[in-house]
Parts: sequence; structure tokens; C-alpha cells
Amino acid sequence: MEVYLILKVVWWLLLGVLLMGLAIMVGMDMGVGTILRWVGRTDSERRVALNIIGPHWDGNQVWFILGGGAIFAAWPIIYATAFSGLYVVMLLLLWSMIVRPLGFEYRSKLQSPAWRNAWDWTLFVSGFVPMLVFGAAIGNALLGFPFHFEWNLMSFYTGSFIALFNPFAILCGLLSVALSVYMGCAMLMIRGDGALYARAKHLLGKSALAALVLFTLGGLWMPFVEGYHIVQSPDPAIAQTALQQEVGRGRGDWLNNFLAQPVLWLIPALAYVGLWLGRQSALRDRSQLAWWLGAVSWIGVIGTVGAAMFPFMMPSTTEPSVSLTVWNASSSERTLLWMLGFTVVFMPLILWYTSWAFWVMRGKVSAADVEADDHAY
Amino acid sequence: MIDPLVVELSRWQFAATALYHFLFVPLTLGLSFLLAAMETVYVTTGRTIYREMAQFWGKLFLINFALGVATGLTMEFQFGTNWAFYSSFVGDIFGAPLAIEGLMAFFMESTFVGLMVFGWHRLSKAQHLAVTYLVALGSNLSAVWILVANGFMQDPQGAMFNPDTMRMELASFGELIFNHDAQSKFVHTSIAGFVTAAIFVCGISAYYMLRRQHLAIARRSFRMAALFGVLSSAGVITLGDALGFVGAHAQPSKLVAMEGIWEDEAPPVAFNVAAVPNEVEMRHDYSLQIPYLTSLLVTRSLDQEVPSAEAVIAESKERVRNGIQAVAALQRLQEDAEDSEARAQFEAHQDDLGYGFLVGAYAQDQDPTLATPADIERAARDTVPHMGIVFWSFRVMVASGLFMLAFFILATIYTLRNDVQNKRLFLAFSVLMIPVPFIACEAGWLVAEIGRQPWTVYGILPTWMSVSTHSVSELIFSLAGFVLLYSIFIAIEMYLMIKFIRKGPAPVEELPPDEPAAVPAMAK
Repeated sequence: MEVYLILKVVWWLLLGVLLMGLAIMVGMDMGVGTILRWVGRTDSERRVALNIIGPHWDGNQVWFILGGGAIFAAWPIIYATAFSGLYVVMLLLLWSMIVRPLGFEYRSKLQSPAWRNAWDWTLFVSGFVPMLVFGAAIGNALLGFPFHFEWNLMSFYTGSFIALFNPFAILCGLLSVALSVYMGCAMLMIRGDGALYARAKHLLGKSALAALVLFTLGGLWMPFVEGYHIVQSPDPAIAQTALQQEVGRGRGDWLNNFLAQPVLWLIPALAYVGLWLGRQSALRDRSQLAWWLGAVSWIGVIGTVGAAMFPFMMPSTTEPSVSLTVWNASSSERTLLWMLGFTVVFMPLILWYTSWAFWVMRGKVSAADVEADDHAY
Repeated sequence: MIDPLVVELSRWQFAATALYHFLFVPLTLGLSFLLAAMETVYVTTGRTIYREMAQFWGKLFLINFALGVATGLTMEFQFGTNWAFYSSFVGDIFGAPLAIEGLMAFFMESTFVGLMVFGWHRLSKAQHLAVTYLVALGSNLSAVWILVANGFMQDPQGAMFNPDTMRMELASFGELIFNHDAQSKFVHTSIAGFVTAAIFVCGISAYYMLRRQHLAIARRSFRMAALFGVLSSAGVITLGDALGFVGAHAQPSKLVAMEGIWEDEAPPVAFNVAAVPNEVEMRHDYSLQIPYLTSLLVTRSLDQEVPSAEAVIAESKERVRNGIQAVAALQRLQEDAEDSEARAQFEAHQDDLGYGFLVGAYAQDQDPTLATPADIERAARDTVPHMGIVFWSFRVMVASGLFMLAFFILATIYTLRNDVQNKRLFLAFSVLMIPVPFIACEAGWLVAEIGRQPWTVYGILPTWMSVSTHSVSELIFSLAGFVLLYSIFIAIEMYLMIKFIRKGPAPVEELPPDEPAAVPAMAK
């Protein structure tokens, strides 16, 4: 039975890894989409920017798909409750994301400026909106969602669409946008040059500062947010449902884990160090280092939320005792074990060929290359 | 309470978005392998015209691929957004193949498709060829895992209901992935993709030959696709027959609808070539039959029982009554997990739990334990899917399949004789063939999915209960959004596709009209 407990925790950690992978890789491409119209003033500059991430956006997007698939497989009830409860938000996220492949693939297929302009705006929407929603969703998870279950675990969501755009959630959403812009800029610096490089560098500095301020504000807000704590629940190692526990709420509860384990403070520190040093490296034209430090700061930000909430994953505001946790929302032991087997085999393989793809496509992209290549975006 | 209109609209939305997604998938599955084949010829023979071919068809591949990726995202979201109870009830089993699909297949396909497009000048010939093969392999591996997931919905193997967690849980991973339905359906579906791509390439090449343009590429492409197509269409029919045979035993109610058998008949049972099913009176208003053939196709014998709608309904009635006992016991177990009497009652009837859920749609307060005999009657009647749709979709699919096989046999003969470019009428006909495989694919999915009704997971979870607890207005909003967005998408896609087909491949040195095109490697 202890195996089951370990599997639940391992999968919770893996969810963190997937969310970080998603934020770093998809966020980078979405950041480029968000700033495309500003970082590239001419059509040729914009094409260079798109072709910098062109070979990778599709592969990167799979982090997002895999994140969704892993939540489905490892925490079916969270996938079900969150995706159905946040129906309108999920649709906006989906609709803004499904125009993105078309933006990349179709934009440069026709010469017309109106056509290209329309796709540039589409790429802005499909970069900005998903990252805003991604951050806001995490912010709302910290606040809790209004849902409850029937006896057979059929879920009911009683909140409104507008309530999801509360000040705290918007703050988190903007933090996520700022970090994605940072990563996009770092990538444009690595493979771009000239005016594109200069503007990316300038924007990177600003987005790093914005992220630092927003993250700090979020932290200062934490003691006033009503968090959650478990009063009593079944043994974490056994199979259970969300109907068997008792949960309490209190202001500042999300700081409990940090107070109990001070070593956890290193995680938010990681975000600060990453952002500050990353900004410094970028200003000194160390763009690859700036990219990696940006990734570190994403790890710090997402890790901070995880550390604060553990073991909660999706708390309920209306019936706190049916809050979904690592212990009561996981799949069965057999499913978690099989999935872990596949992850252990395939994740290193994915990292290996992804790195290879980046290595093959290394080096600066120039406007002349883009013009000459019939396959370019 | 679940609003029946929400169930109806959720079904429409899923059907519309899934069928739409599947307009793009088959071409990806098949064309990726055709691209790999063309490039193989280029790499092994060094003839650059095959590189031009791979690059030209590659461009059309990508226009299609982008929409396949985009609309696939919708499918991943939609289980959670619109089928929440389904997702939490069977996610322990169903989620795994979807996640593994991402890990094993979709990552590979998507990472390498980037290199396939951008890597022509950066990779060696052999490396680029390997990349193209990985794209083809990745997209087809994707199909494996998606169809493993779908196979579970058709024939739920390897899973058990756990009353302590109130959901279905994985009992055997091996049984899940080696599910017969999934295995034969994967091969059937993938090869259907090959057929689609072959018709697509033949049709467009024929268009060029009619206009006497790009002959060097058009003739070679036509020949490769015709050979690819003749093998694939023979394969798709064989596997389709195998799938029908497997499905007949796992899902008698689907079989009954496909074959149009209302009443019990002593074997051998005749085959309905055509029929006008009357759903209300449960008989055919008209039918045209071939004696013995259904027995031969379904049981491979003349004396074994063939199921009928009448028999399916009679059995369901019994199972609904048992299922109500199971639901009642489960409700008691939820209040007191230690209630051993309730547990014994549940264990005695748990195989019919889904049938208990089924009658909830009609029972007072949607509580199966309050079902009246009339409710049970209605629920049992529902276990035979809409015969008209399933029966005719099945015939459309089979007829298209046979028709395409005939087309490819002719195409192969003409192209091997080297005079296809002179068969103007046949070429015009080839262009008109382009929609046929798409119609066949869509019809096939209608058979598979409408034929599974009234279940999302056959015999385990009824469709009405699988939905999310939304309001009607939320569904109208989302459905309207999808219709609007998807209409714009298809208009853009068709516009670009036609534009790039008209534009054709980059000019290459044309062969003199009489010189035969070299026989590609595949033909040897």
C-alpha cells in the first residue's frame, strides 16, 4: 500500500514537471506571438521572428497536450471537474489556441498585407489569451472554485464566468504573460539579430522587471488569501473519494507548508534569482544563459504554488470538505504505475530528440534565408 | 438533474467536431507514408524529381496537417468540458492511452514535422529521410493509442468497477491494449488513411494530366499512389470484414443495426442489401435480400444463431432489472461502506450496473430505483441504436470501399501500361473520386459511434449520464462558436489548398511525351 502513496506523490511531482515544461516551451512560443507586432516592425522582421520558433512550435505545443492528457489519466476527476466547471474559460482558451497552428502555417502563404496583418493579430490573441488564462487558472486554484459532488461523484459547478477574472487571478495571469514574453524575447535574442535582437533585448529587461513586481505582489497577497488545511482524512495510502474528508479554511493557510518546512523558501527564491540574473545576462548579451535562467524562474514560480498548496490540487469554496487533493483525486495504483513506466522510458527520449531538433536548427535566422526558403513561414 | 436537451446538444457538438477533425486525419496518416515513399526513391536513386515530388506534396500535407493539429486540440478538451462524468468515471482507464499517445507518438510526430519542413538544407539526405519516416510513424502510432481508447468504449476489456472509489478502474493493461476491437480498428483506420491519401494524390495528378501540366511529377505521383491505393484498398476491405466479425460478437446491438435484423430468425439469415427500416413499428417497410449471406458474413457458418433487435431488447430488459438492484445497493454502500448485505447485493448484480444507470434517464428524479415497468421498457428499447442511420452509413462505407478498389485496379492497369495520360475520361473521373474516401471515413465513424448508442462505454456507462452538468445556453454558446470558427477554417483551408494545387509544383524539366516514366521502386 505504501507504493500507492509514493506513486501519488511522484505523479504530483510529474504534474509539476509537465506544467513547467508547458510554461517554458509553449510559453516561449506564445510570448513570441504576443510581442510579434511590436518586436517586428516590418513584414520581413516578423517572418524572421516566426521562423525562429517555426521548426519547434508544434513539438513544443505537445507539452500542453501531454499536460492535459496526464491530468486526464492521473487525476480524472480534476480533469473532469476543472474542464467542465470552467466551461466558458476553457472554450476561450481552446478557441484562442486552435487558431495558432493556422497562424503559423497559413500567414506567409499569401502576399496580401491585410491577410498577414490579420494573422499577426491572431497570433497575438493566441499567445496572450492562453497565457493569461493559464496564470489566472493557477491563481483561481489558490482561491478555490465553487463546486460540489452528488453521491455518485457527478460534479456541479456553481460559479460564474466573470468571477474567474478577479484581481488576484488577473495578477497571476499577467505574471504568466510577463514570463512568457521574457522567454520569447530570450529565444529571439538567441536566433535573431539586428533591430529584432535589440528590441527583444529591451523587452526582455522590461518583462523581467514586470514579473519580479507581479510575483512579489502575489507573495504579499498570500497572507490575506483564505487557504485550506485538512482537518481529518483517510490514510493517504488508501484508495478514497473526495467525500470522506473534512477540510478547514483560514487566512494565510497557504503559508503553513513554508512555516513547517523553512527549506521550501528556497523555491520562491529561485524565481527571484532566475529573473534577476536572467535580466543581467540578457543585458550583457548572454542570451542562452538568459533563456535558461528564465526557465529556472518558471520552475520557481510554479514550484511556489505547488509547495503552498500541497496536498490540495483543486479546493472547493462552497464545500471545502470535497476539495480535491493528491490523496483523493488520483487514479488507481495500477494506472499510475503503468503510466510511470511509459514516462520513464519516453520522457528522456523526448528530451533527447527535442534537444537534437534545437541543435539542428541552431544559428541566426536572417531575412535573406527566409526569403530564399520556399518552406519558411 | 441532467437536461435531455443538454445531452442532445453535447452529442451534436462532439459528433460535429469529431467528424470535422476526421476530415484531416486520414490524409495525414496516409500522405505521410506516401511522402516517405517518394523521398525513399529520391534518396536511393538520387533522382531529384522525387525530391520535388516529396516537397510539393509535402506542402499540401502541411496545409492539411495544421488543421488536423488544431481540431485535435478540441477533442482533447472536449472529454473534460462536455463529458465530465464520463471522464471521471472511466478516466482511470481511458486517460492512460491518451497520455501515452502524447508521450510516445504525438511528441515524435510534431517535433520531427518541424525538421521535415525546415531541415531540407540542414540535414543529410539520410537524416531527412529518417525524419520523414518518424513523422509517418508518429502519426500512425498516434492512431494506435487513440483507437485503443476508442476500443475500450466499444468493448470495455481490462476494467472493473470499484465501489469504494465510485469509478471504473484498470484491471489489466494488457487486455486494454490488446483489445481485439482496437487492434483491428487501428489497422482498418490507418489503412483507410492510406486509401484517402492515394485517391487525393491520384485525383490531383489526374487534374494536372488533364491540363497537360507538370507531367513529369503528375505521372510518377499517379503511379505511386495507384499502387499504394490498390494494396491499401484491398487491405481496408479485408480488415473491415475482420472488424465486423470482431464487433459482431462484442456488440450484438450494433450488428443488429448494421445488418438490419429486427426479428428473431432461424439461421441461415438473409442479407439485407437495401431496406427502409421503420423504427416505430420495428420492421422494414421495404427490403431487398440475398439469402444466407448474413449468416456467412457474421458467423462464418450456416447454422449458428444471429442476434436480432427483438432478442437484444428482451435481454436488456432483464439486465435493466438486475442493474436497478446494483444501483440501489451502491447507494446504500455510499452511505455505509461496511454494509455487507448491500455489498453482497451489489456483487451479485454489478455486471448490469450500466443497465441500471440506463433506465435513470426515464425514471422519476432520474433515480433508477424509482423506475416503473414502462421506464424499463423504454430503456430496453433504447439498447438498439437508430437502425436507419447505422444501416445506411454502413452500406455507404462498404460501397465506397469496393468502388475505390475497382478504381485503383483500373488506375494500376492504365498506369502500368503507361497510357493513363491518354485516358481523358478516366482522368476526369479520378478527379471526381477525391471526395469518396472522405465520405467513406465519415460513414465508418457514424457506424462505429451511433452503432454504440445508447452507451458511451458499451454496456457500462450510458450516454445520457456521461455529460457535464451544463445549462442549455452554455451549449448553444459553444456550439455556435464551433460552427462559426470551423466554417471559417474550412473556407480558408479549401482556398489555400485549391490555390496551391492550381499553382502546382515548381517547374522541373519535362520528359518528352512519349518517353515512359521510370518505374518507381515500389512497383518493382
